[in-house]
Amino acid sequence: MEHERRRDTVLVKLEGELDHCSAQAVRRELDGLISDPQVKKLVLDLKNMSFMDSSGIGVILGRYRILAMRGGAVAVKNMNPHVQRIFTLSGMGQIIQIL
Amino acid sequence: MQIINQMKLDFLSIPENEAFARVAVSAFAVQLDPTLDVLADIKTAVSEAVTNAIVHGYADGPGTVSIRAALGEDGTLEIAVSDRGRGIADIAQAMQPFFTTQPEKERSGMGFSVMQTFMDAVDVDSTPGKGTTVTMHKRLRDR
Repeated sequence: MEHERRRDTVLVKLEGELDHCSAQAVRRELDGLISDPQVKKLVLDLKNMSFMDSSGIGVILGRYRILAMRGGAVAVKNMNPHVQRIFTLSGMGQIIQIL
Repeated sequence: MQIINQMKLDFLSIPENEAFARVAVSAFAVQLDPTLDVLADIKTAVSEAVTNAIVHGYADGPGTVSIRAALGEDGTLEIAVSDRGRGIADIAQAMQPFFTTQPEKERSGMGFSVMQTFMDAVDVDSTPGKGTTVTMHKRLRDR
């Protein structure tokens, strides 16, 4: 998973499909990237993500909970309209910043 | 609905088949020449229903998930996703947004809400100990 660290922010480019099947591996990888307590913000770039369902919402909310406990946040960018609908439906827009 | 084509799939309830199921149903639906947005809606709804069958229906052990899909001459697609798993005791509660029996596994509880948003109609028939069938309808094109 392509990623970049800038001070307290980790930027990750998610690729492929995020469903229940891939969720566990993605979750484990993201948790590794934000395991340093100095990391306060996770930015997920969804440009190359071809599919996401509500399992993806669970993964993003789970990382939000981890970072919120250290006063941090999660943001997403380059959402396609389809993922945007799932986001809106689940009220994610209220706690996850959309860049 | 007068059926012009129909297909049936049976597969093992393992997560690797979630992608297979949604792609197979979407490939079947292509015959009615839907837009890419409509195909994305179908893939997402099928993925949710199949994930529910795997995660909840067969929580106690693997089984067979069945999908029947039919195209109607009126331009509608009917999809029924069935399992013979443990069933749902309280369907109304299960369909509430954010309701999940597995919060520790980071399940969002949004599966049925996503199906209802992306399809025109969603019906759930379930008997505890016998299994669940989720039937969904979507108009793919006007008559």
